[in-house]
Amino acid sequence: MTERREITLTINGTAHKVTVEPRRTLADVIRDDCGQTGTHIGCEHGVCGACTVLVDNEPVRSCLMFAVQAEGRSIRTVEGLQQGEQLHPMQEAFMRHHALQCGFCTPGFLMLAVGALEKRPDLNDEELVDILSSNLCRCTGYENIIKAVRAAAADMKARA
Amino acid sequence: MTVKPTSWIGASVERLEDKPLVTGRGRFAGDVSFPHQLHMRMVRSSYAHGRLKAIDVTEARAVPGVVAVWTADDIADLPPIDFREGPNEKLAPFRQSVLAKDVVRYAGEPVAAVFATDPYVAEDAAELVTMDVDELDAVIDASLPASEFAAGLTTEPTICRQGYGDIAAAFKGAAAIVEMDLSVGRHSGVPLETRGAIGRYDAARDVLELHGAAKVPHKNRESLARMFGRSTAGVHLYEGHVGGGFGVRGEIYPEDVLVLVAAMRLGRPVKWLEDRREHMIAANHSRQQRHCIRAAVDAEGRLIGIDDDFFHDQGAYIRTHGTRVADTACGILPGPYRLPHYRVNAHFRLTNKTPAATYRSPGRYETNFVRERLMDAIARKLGLSRIEVRRRNLISPDEMPYERPLVALGDEVVLDSGDYEGLLNKALERCQWDRLEREVAERRKAGEYVGLGLAMYVEKSGLGPTDGARVNVHTNGEVEVITGGASVGQGFETVIAQVCAETLGVDYKRVRVIHGRTDRIEYGIGAHATRATVMTANATAVAAGKVRVKALDMAAQLLQTDAGQLTIVNGSVMRTDGAGASIDLGDLAHHLRPVSPTRGERDPGLAAEGWFTTAHMTYPYGVQIALVRIDPSTGGVDIEKMLIAFDVGRSINPMLVRGQLVGGFVQGLGGALFEEFQYDERGQPLSVTFADYLMPTAHEVPEVDILVTEDAPSSCNPLGIKGAGEGGVAAVGAVIASAVDDALGGKGLITQIPITPQAVKAMIDGQRK
Repeated sequence: MTERREITLTINGTAHKVTVEPRRTLADVIRDDCGQTGTHIGCEHGVCGACTVLVDNEPVRSCLMFAVQAEGRSIRTVEGLQQGEQLHPMQEAFMRHHALQCGFCTPGFLMLAVGALEKRPDLNDEELVDILSSNLCRCTGYENIIKAVRAAAADMKARA
Repeated sequence: MTVKPTSWIGASVERLEDKPLVTGRGRFAGDVSFPHQLHMRMVRSSYAHGRLKAIDVTEARAVPGVVAVWTADDIADLPPIDFREGPNEKLAPFRQSVLAKDVVRYAGEPVAAVFATDPYVAEDAAELVTMDVDELDAVIDASLPASEFAAGLTTEPTICRQGYGDIAAAFKGAAAIVEMDLSVGRHSGVPLETRGAIGRYDAARDVLELHGAAKVPHKNRESLARMFGRSTAGVHLYEGHVGGGFGVRGEIYPEDVLVLVAAMRLGRPVKWLEDRREHMIAANHSRQQRHCIRAAVDAEGRLIGIDDDFFHDQGAYIRTHGTRVADTACGILPGPYRLPHYRVNAHFRLTNKTPAATYRSPGRYETNFVRERLMDAIARKLGLSRIEVRRRNLISPDEMPYERPLVALGDEVVLDSGDYEGLLNKALERCQWDRLEREVAERRKAGEYVGLGLAMYVEKSGLGPTDGARVNVHTNGEVEVITGGASVGQGFETVIAQVCAETLGVDYKRVRVIHGRTDRIEYGIGAHATRATVMTANATAVAAGKVRVKALDMAAQLLQTDAGQLTIVNGSVMRTDGAGASIDLGDLAHHLRPVSPTRGERDPGLAAEGWFTTAHMTYPYGVQIALVRIDPSTGGVDIEKMLIAFDVGRSINPMLVRGQLVGGFVQGLGGALFEEFQYDERGQPLSVTFADYLMPTAHEVPEVDILVTEDAPSSCNPLGIKGAGEGGVAAVGAVIASAVDDALGGKGLITQIPITPQAVKAMIDGQRK
């Protein structure tokens, strides 16, 4: 297992050349080898969704993917949502609607919701709840997360 | 024109904490790293109970990258982990050693620790450690007769007893007696961030550092210093972001001790991150109790006495909290009702499960369920409505403060203020209870399984006795509040900033709040027992008030105006009538520098320390109402309506109060319907992933109506605050049980939580036969 491979990961448009064991998860490499610690690891078995990132614009559990599988693909993490000083509408909505308390699950929810809405801006409420139920939050009781995502969906459409 | 200062207390402002958290720039334990650090991996017992005959670490030690592998023999000089409140001779033999020696008592107990240069290597090597264990019978049921723990010691270390009055006479004179056998399942906080600890010994400063601290850094510093024989001056704890606390995170566990000892002995920083499976079997469990309870009532349904024997399933060892959860349960059980005679015996029992301690609303979630089940049963027995039986027993506002000869968290119970019936009336009106009852009756006739539930409860908050804060205005006008509080994600920085801003007269966004840092302030009680807002905010108000006085005094000299005619608005001192010149707080701080000639005889610095001391805890209270529907084909419970009415005395930030109540409710719902740490008969844990320990998702959560009232400000503190952190979760088991029971015909069938679909389905099928 100690054979290492050199790969290049493109995270938020920046290329990171890293040498990793093939068994290293994408989540670990994003965090430890590329220094992007905004992506969090909550369960390492693909249930909680805290580690959700976008790979080729699809939300994926980065704890269930090996880094070597992400080579040559576009990875987006929470650090890439902000454009300069301008926060993403989803980030703003989470703040405005008190959709986070401890903030540990937040990057996963942000990436999940952004990924879903970029693809399908017209998701109805039921579909949104369905998508958001794939991640776990232990603080908010989800009410404000749902409110924030609804509000951000409208903002994203307006800004599009 | 009169200048009107902005009011920050009571404003639903956005949180100061949020920006780094939404942009991925937080610093959780996993984000803390030091150059040259080692990674620790625990080897845990796979047996629930057995004699540990031998451990073989040879193969693990030989793995390249492994620096050391420790077993109990390598740290034989370390004492077991002690109690937070200090030594306790009687309970001492039941404490957990840092690594198991001779006997293992739960599956998941740390047996060895591997230290390696890479976390993957450490994990590989840990799998090569083998142990020779003679398996012993596991104790799974805490209510069976006590057995042997060790030579001369039983699995019942103590019985916590409280009570008053003449319980025998109470039952003799009763018109009716109601008896129940009620159980609460084993569940816990399960924060989304697992535990993490990074130990570092800085030889240059002779300081031992623990990063990844939470909840009670100052108290843990004292415990750790005592454990290592070091001065507290040479031990510092650092709290970064904490991914959820809920009582579980931030206690001292074996792993915290190990990273520190290893950092000293191996001469390198040591990082440990728990994985999720470990968290489920190693971090504190909570809640599990079985109550055999009896109530004596008069002919009108008034309580004469309650007699309760309960079995508290502590798990394998007594951890940092000692017997606190069981004690609190005893002290808080009577709730909002008058109770002339009371006797409770808490059989504090050890089993072969993960050790237990506090989880948000410890001792109350359990006893609110028990007491409210009992009240429903009394109503049924006497043919009274569930509302009426409660009305007849509620303590009235003119009886406040209401002293009870009981103790909770080491504090005599004195209910400080409250209008319990007033809140009940507001809640009933808000949800239109009478209309709901009629609708439920009609839907039942149509064959639906629907039911209404109600629960009343008294929470506790603001555990003292004393907390301090320092407020310091910098020369650029920024205000720093240095507290001994802690943040577990609840919005601590924001509420403290709001209180400081209000008192001092600045924008809350100009306030920076320091917490969880033993190197910045000598004392602190941290964030537990819903105390942070009550205690730290009041201390902050005292300190900020002193700074205000000093600022006005300095400004009066500079503006040549009487201080009584001055006020502070948005960080500027000006005349209350708005006329004349003004001066910024930053400039005043400049005038108060040690070298400033304008300072005069005043002490240097625009800064002050404030202390707040309280004699007792303060008691918020609530009413929860639920409407549920059962799907008879699956036994699944759907919550159609949910109301939480809660009196917080005074709300600093209503948006955050609501957030606490809704979030707490959903955690409570988990314990009422889904979550349970289950074990097989050999003590093997069956709930070790999120696939088998089921927490609520966005799907399971109803809309929650929240009614926050401020009818009964606390008489214990000048700001009138009562805490909100545990008010949402406290009565959810109680109210959901009441509602499901009602849906099943109101026969008292629901006697345990979580209420599983299998159980409900069996009850429905049983009724149909």
